[in-house]
Amino acid sequence: NLTCSSAQIASTQLREVTDMSGVRKPYKELIDVCWCDPHSVGVKPLTFVRQVLAACVYPQLMKSHELPLDVRQRAQWLLGRCDGGSVGSYNAQPCIPEIIEKVSEFTTRRDGGVPSYPENIFISTGSQWAIMVDILNVLVNSEASPKTGVLTPAPCHVTSMMSITALGAAAVPYYLTEEQGWTLQVEELQRALESAKGVCNPVALYVINPGNPAGLVQSRKSMQEVIRFASEKRLFLLADEVYQDFVYGENREFVSYKRVLAEMGPPYSDTVELVSFHSTSKGFMGECGMRGGYVELVNLDPAVQKHIFKLISKSSCTPVLAQMALDLMVNPPQPGDPSYPLYNQQTQHIKNMLAQNVKTTHEVLNSLPGVISQPVEGGAFVFPRVFLPPKAIQKAEEEGMQPDTFYCVRLLEETGVLCCPGSEFEQKEGTYHIRYNLTYTSHLLRHLTTFHTKFMKDFS
Amino acid sequence: MTENGVMSRAKVLTIDTINPTVKKVEYAVRGPIVQRAVELERELSQGMKKPFAEVIKANIGDAHAMGQQPITFFRQVLALCSYPELLSDNTFPEDAKSRACRILQSCGGHSMGSYSASQGIDSVRKDVARYIERRDGGVPCDPDDIYLTTGASDGIVTMLKLLVSGEGATRTGVMISIPQYPLYSAALAELGAVQINYYLNEDKCWSMDIPELQRALDEAREYCNPRALCIINPGNPTGQVQSRECIEDVIRFAAKERLFLMADEVYQDNVYADGCQFHSFKKVLFEMGPEYSETVELASFHSTSKCYMGECGFRGGYMEIINMDNEVKAQLTKLVSVRLCPPVPGQALMDLVVNPPQPGEPSYDSFIKERTATLSALAEKAKLTEQVLNTVQGISCNPVQGAMYSFPRITIPEKAVKEATEQGQQPDMFYCMKMLEETGICLVPGSGFGQKDGTYHFRMTILPPTDKLKILLDKVKEFHQKFTQQYS
Repeated sequence: NLTCSSAQIASTQLREVTDMSGVRKPYKELIDVCWCDPHSVGVKPLTFVRQVLAACVYPQLMKSHELPLDVRQRAQWLLGRCDGGSVGSYNAQPCIPEIIEKVSEFTTRRDGGVPSYPENIFISTGSQWAIMVDILNVLVNSEASPKTGVLTPAPCHVTSMMSITALGAAAVPYYLTEEQGWTLQVEELQRALESAKGVCNPVALYVINPGNPAGLVQSRKSMQEVIRFASEKRLFLLADEVYQDFVYGENREFVSYKRVLAEMGPPYSDTVELVSFHSTSKGFMGECGMRGGYVELVNLDPAVQKHIFKLISKSSCTPVLAQMALDLMVNPPQPGDPSYPLYNQQTQHIKNMLAQNVKTTHEVLNSLPGVISQPVEGGAFVFPRVFLPPKAIQKAEEEGMQPDTFYCVRLLEETGVLCCPGSEFEQKEGTYHIRYNLTYTSHLLRHLTTFHTKFMKDFS
Repeated sequence: MTENGVMSRAKVLTIDTINPTVKKVEYAVRGPIVQRAVELERELSQGMKKPFAEVIKANIGDAHAMGQQPITFFRQVLALCSYPELLSDNTFPEDAKSRACRILQSCGGHSMGSYSASQGIDSVRKDVARYIERRDGGVPCDPDDIYLTTGASDGIVTMLKLLVSGEGATRTGVMISIPQYPLYSAALAELGAVQINYYLNEDKCWSMDIPELQRALDEAREYCNPRALCIINPGNPTGQVQSRECIEDVIRFAAKERLFLMADEVYQDNVYADGCQFHSFKKVLFEMGPEYSETVELASFHSTSKCYMGECGFRGGYMEIINMDNEVKAQLTKLVSVRLCPPVPGQALMDLVVNPPQPGEPSYDSFIKERTATLSALAEKAKLTEQVLNTVQGISCNPVQGAMYSFPRITIPEKAVKEATEQGQQPDMFYCMKMLEETGICLVPGSGFGQKDGTYHFRMTILPPTDKLKILLDKVKEFHQKFTQQYS
């Protein structure tokens, strides 16, 4: 019962083209900026994180003084939390309780003191797994008629969409307003809800903040509107906040849905059911391959929460190393710690690189004919709109591809740059976009500029 | 709905509106008895007085938690992969370094932090295929048939998801052995599939009986559409190692009845008894000739959690898919892509498991020494467990031929059965809870795994270190005698 957009298949094919060996390509190297996978494009892992993990994997390392003291101490503390003192054990509880405590301390700090309760938090095997296996699985009754509906942003990243349909639910898109920097309008939420009448039974509202692929960071006001809407229309709120560390520009800050909800006070703060997702894959750590994250539950029915935790105990799938990485994320080196200077230097470097890339990419893209790129306030991607000439659209149709897929295939073949076509992201009908991530090098913009200029000329 | 006179607003998500199949899921290995064990541990650490000094969690197959040591070479390579600066550290052997480099080269940006392809790192899948070919005496293995998974459980659940369909009388039925590892029953409950029980023969050392499979199948055909047959070999909880003959019979049965075979082989290195040998389903299938090898659909599962590695916390695993329809395989590939990729450290570990140090390499001797020590200790403990438990009147334990558990049958006096029933508890749960409270030993009652009506069992791991295991077994003996007397 899985449906798959043709764009998804095309994207896989794009990757396959690059995996074929022995095929002569006009470019020297593949620049894969499709995903947000910082290490794969050369961003260095954080030294502190990797030192601690190495010491946990091979405790003999703690005997030497090569590793800084705080690394050794943290590794010792973490190993002490594992059954048998080994990262190879399951642990009696699928989530190490002391690490969950650290997570709750982290969210409390982050949210200006809004209390966070360890019993409402569990450690996940990555946010996408959590969304699908741990939460949607409980929400969605695949036998239900009409189908369970989930309001999803459009554009929206493809994995969440696939999770929803794979479980037998229906995604109900609400379109973000591109011209206003991808803002979320309540009227559009209303329209989306109405459109679901007779088609499916919407029970949840999925928001991504900071956005993906759209680079919006919601204002407090907008978030309050969403919460009010969810409350009024009796929708379960799912807040995907994995990019919370990536906020750019002076005027924006990330505020968690949990915080906004708490600050709104009763009745909302006591009643709106909210699940927030975070991950070790994004942010400064960028440890996508570890598969770790956490989920925080607010205002859930206790009986339902019990079932969620029971399901988690059965799947027992979060690797111990990932749980440790999570601890390092929520509890990084502090000023005064031996590892702090290097840690700070490394995270600042990433911050500066991203801020610079946001600025440069905005300038360059908006200087290209037929391209409009909204300001990127946060997140890991830029999602410019490309106004493709009719001739190009026609050629794409002849080749059996979506127009922006065609654009991306050409881009790949001529420059080695691999971007995702917007057609994979539920963009508005008749619009075309590309998505690429912000952790790139200068080659990218050069290639893109050259290619785009030529493309527009060729198809004029 | 009112509470304390205040109108309380109904939740969007309540027990009545959640996915109904979720409510049916039970997983005994981490169920209520384990929760109580954790509570007791907490109480002990807070200084509460108990009739025991420590809680011994002999419920879960977690080797390291029980003191088994990891394989040094594996941990060295993984440390090097985690923090490649260590490549300049002279305390690491050369072969560990070259292995780490090889793994890192297959990772995006040479980092284990990058996503891998969702089917798993290419070079690791190739290494897995080569391992399988070696293990199976040359039977070819296509790396495209290999999917790396987050532990074997992930692969098993994914396959079941693919297999389950239909409604009412056409709802998919899946045959599972009784007793079984409760992941299967939990997954089937969650998927709303029909569980078809076939009983293993306790009197014949838990062997599989074709007539029993036939009986189960024929009855099930009345109310569902049986499509798959799950086998765990070596067995969990029973520890039996199926004979080659038996495996052939099962394959013939599956072929005749058109069933998809799921072979859970995670304990393939854990074989202890004389005269027993692990035969992979794949190997036997291929040796039966094209009539079977080209038609029978099979998925085999392996993991880094058991055998001599015991690395449960890494969540490493793979599955090999044989003779699957291409279109279905495409769906499988798409299904696994939704969770992005399996944990990369687990994939790296799997690569080392299928590609261990070779004779002549610097780490070879210590690797062999460590592996042999672990496996022979397990063999010793398997024998010890069987011996001691069989000296207890009212406990009868089949030989632990393989895997990591004993699953002895226990006699529970009528009085105790009555008291348990009055308390709404399964009699063997009642027994195990009492044992936990009085001795601190945490076991899993047989009712969590399924057993013939009117029989009672418990599952105990053979993992604690030998001297501790001896004490454990003596305590179990003591408790059983006391319990029997108390309820006589």
